[in-house]
Amino acid sequence: MSTKITLERQSYARSWPLKMAWRDSRKSRNRLILFIASISLGIAALVGIVSFRENLLDEIDEQAKELLGADFSVSDRQPIPDSIHYSFKWLSNDESSEVYFASMAYFPSTDGTRLVQVRALQGNYPYYGKIETFPDSASAHFQSGPYALVDEKVMLQYNLENGDSVRVGNLAFQILGKLKKIPGQSGIGNTVSPVVYIPGDYLEETGLVQKGSRINYTLYYQFHPDIDTTNVWQEAYNKAEKAGFDVDTVQERKEDTGSAFRDLSNFLELIAYTALLLGCLGVASAIYVYMKSKIQTVAVLRCLGMKAFQAVSIFIYQVAGFGLIGSVLGCMMGVGIHMLLPDIVQSFLPIDLNPTIYWPAIISGLLIGVTVSVLFGMLSMVTLRRVSPLTAIRAGYEKVKDKIDPAVAATVSLIILFIIGSLFWLLRDLFDALIYAGILLVSIVVLYGMGQGLVTLAKVIVPKNLAYVWRQGFSNLHRPNNQTAVLVTTIGLSTAFLAMLYFMQDLLVNRVSLTEEGQRPNTVLFDIQSQQKEELKQLTLDYDLPVLQDVPIVTMRLLEVNGYSKKQAEADTSLNIPGWVYNREYRITYRDELIDSETLLEGEWTGEIKNPNDTIWISISKGYAENMGLKIGDALLFNVQGAAIKTYVGSFREIDWRRVQTNFLVLFPKGVLEKAPQFHVLITRVNKTDVSARYQQAVVRQFPNVSIIDLELILKTLQDLLAKVAFVIRFMAFFSIGTGIMVLISSIVLSRFQRMRENVLLRTLGATASKLWKIIFAEYLILGAMGAIAGLFVAAIFTSLLGYFVFEFTFVPNPLQGLTIFIVVTFLTLGIGLINSRSIVRNSPLVILRSEP
Amino acid sequence: MNLLEVTSLSKHYTSGNKDLTVLADVSFSLPKGKSLSIVGPSGSGKTTLLGLCAGLDHASSGSVTLNNIPLDGLTEDELAELRNQYVGFVFQNFQLIPTLTALENVMVPLELRGQKGAQDKSRSLLERVGLGGRMDHYPTQLSGGEQQRVAIARAFSNDPLILFADEPTGNLDEETGQKIESLLFEINQEQNTTLVIVTHDIELANRTDQIIKLKGGKVSN
Repeated sequence: MSTKITLERQSYARSWPLKMAWRDSRKSRNRLILFIASISLGIAALVGIVSFRENLLDEIDEQAKELLGADFSVSDRQPIPDSIHYSFKWLSNDESSEVYFASMAYFPSTDGTRLVQVRALQGNYPYYGKIETFPDSASAHFQSGPYALVDEKVMLQYNLENGDSVRVGNLAFQILGKLKKIPGQSGIGNTVSPVVYIPGDYLEETGLVQKGSRINYTLYYQFHPDIDTTNVWQEAYNKAEKAGFDVDTVQERKEDTGSAFRDLSNFLELIAYTALLLGCLGVASAIYVYMKSKIQTVAVLRCLGMKAFQAVSIFIYQVAGFGLIGSVLGCMMGVGIHMLLPDIVQSFLPIDLNPTIYWPAIISGLLIGVTVSVLFGMLSMVTLRRVSPLTAIRAGYEKVKDKIDPAVAATVSLIILFIIGSLFWLLRDLFDALIYAGILLVSIVVLYGMGQGLVTLAKVIVPKNLAYVWRQGFSNLHRPNNQTAVLVTTIGLSTAFLAMLYFMQDLLVNRVSLTEEGQRPNTVLFDIQSQQKEELKQLTLDYDLPVLQDVPIVTMRLLEVNGYSKKQAEADTSLNIPGWVYNREYRITYRDELIDSETLLEGEWTGEIKNPNDTIWISISKGYAENMGLKIGDALLFNVQGAAIKTYVGSFREIDWRRVQTNFLVLFPKGVLEKAPQFHVLITRVNKTDVSARYQQAVVRQFPNVSIIDLELILKTLQDLLAKVAFVIRFMAFFSIGTGIMVLISSIVLSRFQRMRENVLLRTLGATASKLWKIIFAEYLILGAMGAIAGLFVAAIFTSLLGYFVFEFTFVPNPLQGLTIFIVVTFLTLGIGLINSRSIVRNSPLVILRSEP
Repeated sequence: MNLLEVTSLSKHYTSGNKDLTVLADVSFSLPKGKSLSIVGPSGSGKTTLLGLCAGLDHASSGSVTLNNIPLDGLTEDELAELRNQYVGFVFQNFQLIPTLTALENVMVPLELRGQKGAQDKSRSLLERVGLGGRMDHYPTQLSGGEQQRVAIARAFSNDPLILFADEPTGNLDEETGQKIESLLFEINQEQNTTLVIVTHDIELANRTDQIIKLKGGKVSN
């Protein structure tokens, strides 16, 4: 009987794993190139976007006052009354007024017309920043006479020079300068709605300020530096806001601008994050391959006395080190993206961006890079704990594995926590982070499930009489220990992401271009006075153009809802009537029937009131009624330019806002508003560009107050805009695509172990090179096709959900687009598979068997 | 004093529903400084016995006591520590770490225990096995015989009490094999190490103090 002796403890050298990690890495570096590439692309995208976001928000902070051009402004659709004006005036050092509205501009030198945003300015605005013009002095002097500043793109488009004239309404102005930039407006904003500045003193003479015209009045103020404005300002602000005026402060403008661009940067960040996650998959598969090649080394070291934790430590050090190298490369590329992005998105921004290196993003990038490398690598590294030393003397020895390795389960939990945590850091919203993480998890589960299903299917459906190479190709997919499900998941995830980008783009473009189809109206004339209506109709007919619609519009305000005035509604919050329903101006039409863009959802539509004492039943847009909290039978009292008209909600309509028609939230029946002051909208279709130009010129000459919306031009502008957005998305998506390809390559390398031995055996048994190529071809073709199908399926599901819930649009898959993606992914997989298999076919079986780890 | 004591050692595996006995009721003891060879046909359980004696695997029943330490109660990491202190290995296919140079391979056991002067000791061992000029070569740059010399140097680097050699000449030609055999026995004698060899080679077995013949997992002599 032996006496049990306590083992003498030794102090193992703590630094040994680090030393071993370094030594072992010397001959392994080329094996980890894929891993480094996967990490670096993901980190590059992330660092680039986060730096860009922070840079943008910093610039918005710094240039906040220049966004508004003043300390604050007060706006309304009516001239600002003296009571409001004076409550602010004594706080201010200086003030300016601006009246702006849409109108046609006519350029006599080239006979061109264009709908522009006319801004009649009076005063020294802007107080911060400047109206940038060419020449510089033009902005300072244009108010000294009948001069105008015209948007530089419009001048280029209409071949105008400084000194030419522009006619706005009844008055011609000499163009004093090209307008390059105005406070708070982006390049894109100018394209959609180009600005023409005229002096406020000449506004009256243009004759454009008429009853019913859509005009905005704004007063800009600069605070007096010596007045403590704390309380007084707040009182005046509250008073103006309560009265329904729009008071805009630097802080509000800053927040609005920041939140608008936060959406853009959030979207780009999600793309970048997806690149990173794809990179993580690349890491996981590259490290899996790497660890597989290290099992024998670990077994020998275990024989020599290495402990389990030391085995894991060696590779943690290595992976962290290579992760750091990948992250450093990624950060460098990220800085490059950050420097490039402002040029790409500058036209969307209302501020100037001067990119500077943002160190917190770089440090985060390094930390995230190293963390994800270790975390995702850990999935295979922890399994090294279980490598038995017996493997060193008995090749192929494998310990019986437990069903779930607790260390793997813990790693998976940590990965999920990391994903949610990092998404929260990025999006700053836990719910959004959980949703996004959930979508990813569901995608992976669905793809993995499909992978497994396809493996089973490959087993069941393959006919026995199929050609040998195809049978072999199929059976390779369900061999024991194969990686088919993992490959389908990774290929599928990359495909799904790519496909979703394309599907979404298609969805958005379709949404815009739908309006182009068929014989739909493409020209809208508005601000037509009642007395001009018939003459304008005649002019339209003279040009052989159809009058598709002639719609009267009456403006009014809401006085009471179910007998409650604004004051009462504010006092009694239980009524749940939002304040804005009383503040806004309603532009309403009347007719006796519904048009084809409207569907009656609830109640009854009464088309005409025959007796003045009859109850007036109006129809409300369903969505708007829901926002207002209205139900059928509710009473609404309107102020129609002085006259109170009591109405009742008779029906709710669903409106298809995408139709080029004049659509209205509130619709009156005939027989009520005919005598109210009103203006008109006329809709026509012009098919030829030259007719359109001549017609527009004739309208502007004869009816200077009438504005024309050329929908073809708007569509073109929108398409240009979308093309720019698409470019930004593609630029960022490039990193995801790049990482996706890395993942694809490493996934295929990952499966090399399973495929290599079998092919070598076939070779040894006498398979010719051409037969081997055919088998490899069959296998990767099936694998690529499976991954592509699974990815397209997931993409179609998520695009449909996004379309339905976010864009309120039904996604109809485009078969050609789906087919293109399918072919690209399948052949990419095939190509990578074939390239990767060259050594198996070209070298002698012995060389490969010897070189196999 | 016995350095290695094996008592009623058995090893079973379960394959599907079948219970497979690869080693049944093996007992023997080996005094310090003596040598033993385990011989037998393929599949007779030689390597399994070596693995159990060296603490590479756990027995299904019976016990192994090495330097008075019973192995059956030790964890994997304690076994690793024990191997590092008392055991040396020589493998049939050399099993050098491909990413380390010859010198670094020899240094591993010493560095694992944090011993100072690992490099000097390893250099002199490599000189001893005739590879003074090839210390910085990687395994792929060495011939089979040279690789096995490095493996022998590594096996003796931690001054083991016992050395396990699994078919040490199995992958070498006859001439090289004999040289390696001689080297193994020479250093073994120099260091007074106990030696356990698994081999098919009867001549080699005859050079050891004891022989255990295995057949079907049982001792047949």
